[in-house]
Amino acid sequence: MKKTLKTIALSLALGIAAAGAASAEQVKVGFAAEPYPPFTSPDASGNWEGWEVEFQKAICAEAKLDCVITPVAWDGIIPALTSKKIDMIIGSMSITEERLKTIDFSDKYYNTPTGIIGPKSETFDATPEGLKGKTIGVQVSTIHQDYANKYFGENGATVKEYQTQDEANNDLAAGRLDAVQADAIALDAFLNSDQGKECCEAKGNVKDDPAILGAGVGIGLRKGEDELKGKLNAAIKAIRENGTYDTFSKKYFDFNIYGE
Amino acid sequence: MTDTTPPDVTTHAMAFTPEDLPTAGSFFKPHRIVLLLIAAALVFCIVWFMRWDWVPQYLPRLGYGILVTLAMLFSTAILGFILAVPLGLVQVTGPWPLKTLAKIFCTVIRGTPLLLQLWLLYYGLGSIFPQTGIKQTFLWPYLRESWPYGVAALTISFAAYEGEVMRGAFAGVPAGEIEAARAYGMNRWTVFRRIWLPRAIHRALPTLNGETVLQLKATPLVATITVIDVYSVISKVRQDTYITYEPLLLLALIYMCLTGILVIAFRYLENRIPTRGA
Amino acid sequence: MADPASFINWSLLALEPPGWGGVLLRGLMNSIEIAIGGYSFGLLLGIGGACGKLYGGPITRDLMECYTTIVRAVPELVLILLLYYAGTDALNYVLALVGIGEVDISGLVAGIFVIGVVQGAYTTEVLRGAIKAVPAGQIEAARAYGMSPTKVMTRVTLPAMLPYAIPGLSNLWLIATKDTALLAVVGFSELTLVTRQAAGATKAYLLFYCAAGVLYLALTLVSDFLIKIIERRARRGFVEQS
Repeated sequence: MKKTLKTIALSLALGIAAAGAASAEQVKVGFAAEPYPPFTSPDASGNWEGWEVEFQKAICAEAKLDCVITPVAWDGIIPALTSKKIDMIIGSMSITEERLKTIDFSDKYYNTPTGIIGPKSETFDATPEGLKGKTIGVQVSTIHQDYANKYFGENGATVKEYQTQDEANNDLAAGRLDAVQADAIALDAFLNSDQGKECCEAKGNVKDDPAILGAGVGIGLRKGEDELKGKLNAAIKAIRENGTYDTFSKKYFDFNIYGE
Repeated sequence: MTDTTPPDVTTHAMAFTPEDLPTAGSFFKPHRIVLLLIAAALVFCIVWFMRWDWVPQYLPRLGYGILVTLAMLFSTAILGFILAVPLGLVQVTGPWPLKTLAKIFCTVIRGTPLLLQLWLLYYGLGSIFPQTGIKQTFLWPYLRESWPYGVAALTISFAAYEGEVMRGAFAGVPAGEIEAARAYGMNRWTVFRRIWLPRAIHRALPTLNGETVLQLKATPLVATITVIDVYSVISKVRQDTYITYEPLLLLALIYMCLTGILVIAFRYLENRIPTRGA
Repeated sequence: MADPASFINWSLLALEPPGWGGVLLRGLMNSIEIAIGGYSFGLLLGIGGACGKLYGGPITRDLMECYTTIVRAVPELVLILLLYYAGTDALNYVLALVGIGEVDISGLVAGIFVIGVVQGAYTTEVLRGAIKAVPAGQIEAARAYGMSPTKVMTRVTLPAMLPYAIPGLSNLWLIATKDTALLAVVGFSELTLVTRQAAGATKAYLLFYCAAGVLYLALTLVSDFLIKIIERRARRGFVEQS
């Protein structure tokens, strides 16, 4: 009995080891396993598509990395990075002071303002006064959560936190929320969908606070991986200069998503 | 579902129950003292070497979260049990349409994951609100909140599992007792109220504590629909501080304490209810 | 209310893109794969655990008791998070210590490991109860014939306890299939998560959640049917009790 158990345990361990050895050279790129159009969203054949997927492909090709995309839960994406389940995050993660304490970032690869949307039936501004007494939906572990809690939560609004951006949008359409704060481009994609067109409209962008909203979106990395960081920074620079970046960006946006 | 299965076997395997509580004397065997010392050293290492500086800041919210978890647990267990009684009863004596309905209900609920039911209720129903006039009704202030969906899903799930137990309990009351009651001239309602129901509940009680512990283990799922229970407070700590393991360890400890308290309370209750013939 | 047919778009469930049926079925296959893997791993742990609890020394017995107590007192969701992040870390650490070196644990292996550890504790309890239900006389008789402990185990105790264990084990299988849904919370693409993605991408929440419910229910009913057959075979020669 014991012997069989030992054999099984050993073969299991070897199996894991073998599986590990086979994929040792790959770089696992993590992003949130949820629809986040127009950046990352699943299509009906189970593939991921969107601006950020194209960006990731361009970067990996430029830096000559063998990338595998690995969708993970957004609220566990930083633990997944630090516990080596993934090797980098290309998931619309803004570079903030708070996050820099735990992980490292490449240079920014896009930067967009933060917007607020609400139902068509109500009129209010994207200011702490305008949102007083309202219920605002945000996605957890985002700069928007921190911002909404600081500026609106402490001024008489209720901030409700969702696991995915999509669920917050859905609850706004269902009427359970008065407003949603998120990345202005992601919100635009929602407002252009059938569901969004029917219910909601943009209420404006929020006042910037660089300390919270950060300085653009970068590729998240574990601390101390300077070689990879150098490669990625060079690749971002290269695709910006050789026009690849603009080519695929034009398919999605009619403005400069890179920012200043 | 597998009709020959005594439900309490699996429940007991999945939930910590009063029989498993250690006695005070059992701690003083030599090897246990050594094990306890090792455990104490481990706890000391965890407290000393891991990061716990966030605890005081979140303590009030944790307390609130625990209260929400307990409120969820008790309200849904009580509501679920009240639903389980008719569910069990119609499966034993009801007319066939009701019997089939109850059977289908129990099979469907027990055959699908609670997480899916919860999301179906919250997001599925939410997505059809805009097409209906529900916003004008008096129900809207409640439907806007997330907790009613959590309560509904947990209640339904508890009712389905406990309904199966009650079915067995109703069927298991000896026919002689009911015949004796009839022979005394009791009408059907009195027989049910005075003999059948109390005896069936009595028979179901031992599984009730296991089911309640299982229900406690199911409550954190409501955090996925934005109810702020203790699990969701811990998730918030993890997101705010980027500390992974410590909050989860504390959460496991909190649930172990809650389970322990629940089980001790059940043992106290069980000792007070005479178990002659059960 | 509008005509119900107008907001049920059945073509979304078509097997070929642009329908999402294929994605759902692949999610179901992932769920079944993890359930089978986790259940088997749990069975191994359970056999070890039950033997340890019944025949092990005092320390083994206490350690097993701790394992089953913790799993039975802490919600599966919390265990899954802990094991998913900390468990795989620890596994890597141990592997590094014994010299195999760090390995790359795929989502599938992590899922199987997590479900297996949870199932292992439940299985331990079910098997322990079943082994205890085997009449002591049968085991004593086997010993009296001079069988070694291993032989008693494989020839008498395990076969004799099976009929007692099968109802509990089959319930645990059903629970394993449903517990895989919890892996959605850590982002593993099993049925519940792909359903959420499909629902989010198409905004047909009700349709997809109901479709996934039907798939889970079908899995349960098919399992139930097979379990009944196995049970009937295993209980041959037993007096019908219920």
